[in-house]
Amino acid sequence: MATTTTTVHGAGPFVGSRSFMRRLREGDEIVRLITFLFAAFVVLVTLLLVFELWVGSTLPRHKFGFHFFVTSVWDPISDQFGALPFIYGTVVTASISLILAVPLGIGAAIFLAELAPARVSDVLQFFIDLLAAVPSVIYGVLGVFIVIPLMREYIQPALKSSLGFLPLFQGPAYGVGFFTAGVVLAIMVIPYIISVSREVLLSVPRDQREAALALGATRWESTWKVVVPFARTGIMGSIFLALARALGETMAVTMVIGNTPTISASLFSPGYSIAAVIANEFTEATGDIYLQSLIELGLVLFLLTFILNGLARLLIVATSQRGSGMGQA
Amino acid sequence: MTARLRWRKFVSGFMLTMTGVCAVVAVVVLFFILGYLVYHGSTSISWNFFTKLPAPLGETGGGMANAIVGSGKLLLLAALVGVPVGFLGAIYLAEFSGSTVAFIVRYAADLLNGVPSIVIGIFAYILAVLPFKHFSTTAGGLALGLMMIPITLRSTEEFLRAVPRNLREGAMALGASKAKTIATVIVPAAYRGILTAVLLAFARVAGETAPLLFTALGNRYWSPGWNQPTSSLPVMIYNYALSPYEDWHRQAWAAGLVLLGLILVINILARAILARGVSVPRS
Repeated sequence: MATTTTTVHGAGPFVGSRSFMRRLREGDEIVRLITFLFAAFVVLVTLLLVFELWVGSTLPRHKFGFHFFVTSVWDPISDQFGALPFIYGTVVTASISLILAVPLGIGAAIFLAELAPARVSDVLQFFIDLLAAVPSVIYGVLGVFIVIPLMREYIQPALKSSLGFLPLFQGPAYGVGFFTAGVVLAIMVIPYIISVSREVLLSVPRDQREAALALGATRWESTWKVVVPFARTGIMGSIFLALARALGETMAVTMVIGNTPTISASLFSPGYSIAAVIANEFTEATGDIYLQSLIELGLVLFLLTFILNGLARLLIVATSQRGSGMGQA
Repeated sequence: MTARLRWRKFVSGFMLTMTGVCAVVAVVVLFFILGYLVYHGSTSISWNFFTKLPAPLGETGGGMANAIVGSGKLLLLAALVGVPVGFLGAIYLAEFSGSTVAFIVRYAADLLNGVPSIVIGIFAYILAVLPFKHFSTTAGGLALGLMMIPITLRSTEEFLRAVPRNLREGAMALGASKAKTIATVIVPAAYRGILTAVLLAFARVAGETAPLLFTALGNRYWSPGWNQPTSSLPVMIYNYALSPYEDWHRQAWAAGLVLLGLILVINILARAILARGVSVPRS
């Protein structure tokens, strides 16, 4: 290797730090500059994204102000835009998905981290990773052709007859709607909860478990009362991560939620979500304020996921550092 | 054994079994998805699917040749945007930068990674559709490329950092410049990891639909060049699945099977590359 560059440093012994000119001649400074430009590009793109969303939504921000979030008239013809039904739909579907996904995901993560032998755990985790790689439009197709008919024929009628006294489970069973979207979202976010929670649980020090067992705790008591509380913040992190995914998820929700802007106590009612309305109306949006209202919805989604992802990362890093002193999450 | 202890042991056994059930349920979902796609898709896949254009409305038959080529073009553009930026940016982070700059870049990358794909679509629309007043392959490729950047960057950086210090020191001790060390020692030592990172980023964007809806749009014919709207597999699946035609539903299943097959193969390949003869201990 040295032979190829002999012309450059043939003279004199190697000295600790090379001069700037020498680093320049050897290409170090050039490589440094080029790679820096690409790294800076990443920051620039991110800033530009925020800037464009902000500037792109100037009109509705000025015209409607805070009313944009609390009114529910969405009328492109008279240029009145209120996003409440979309926000409602997003929040409701994301909540349903978490209620279903969190217990299942954490249960599976406990199994993978605490019970399963390493080989089995790795194989199962491999399948979970593949599950996370399934594109959302595929979940949408299965939602349309499998989940919706199942919901309409079996699940929703069953829920109505057993829990129908609650307003949540009343109303006609269309198949499409908040509940179906929530279920499909739950299936989509479970892999994220499992992967991150498993990682966090695995970083809990061994002596915590041994101490609990030595005091006479059963295997479950040591897991539930010692290991899980130790990893609590990290598990919360995984939930926030899943929530951020669920809020921003577009295709699968658009395909099963029914795309009707309604606010209804019934979970069986068709609804709409922020991401779905952007997906459906963006190309048809005529008129500046219509398009900009949709961009403002994009800005809202961006801010929500930004906050949730930030919190998630903070919590996950905090737990892993407490666990084993390594900062990677 | 007292009643209380028996109860505690029962609870322990019961709850631990339930966690196992949870894990099995989660994994079974994958096989359900695969099973349904293979079941419905395989009967609809034919030679025509890969070679014919979509049939005119109302006629049955036809294929998705234009969508397959369209997806290929979009992914090529995405790789041209995402891989150089991610790879070279990661080299800067791992080899040159101080901790403050590295923190800012990583933070920006994580932020970008968390942005919902539909919002990336809006961004690409503002950058590459609005100024030219038409939808195009380029705009779609840009949207996918932007999504590839953070995934490639973060994992490439990790693999570069995992290269043992003594390899660097060895090269430096032989008198190699830093640029030379990176090109001939560090990157070759980490290449399996980097390849895995790129493949996984590629698989991730291959199935993305939302960012293409209003950038590449769609097209029922071939899309010559790079400046016209183009069809793509994910968008075709979306449109066909929601259409009222039985024949289109069949083709949506077939396209879904092809797309998921491609993505799973890339995923498995990427993990196999990493697992077999790991050149660097995994971090």
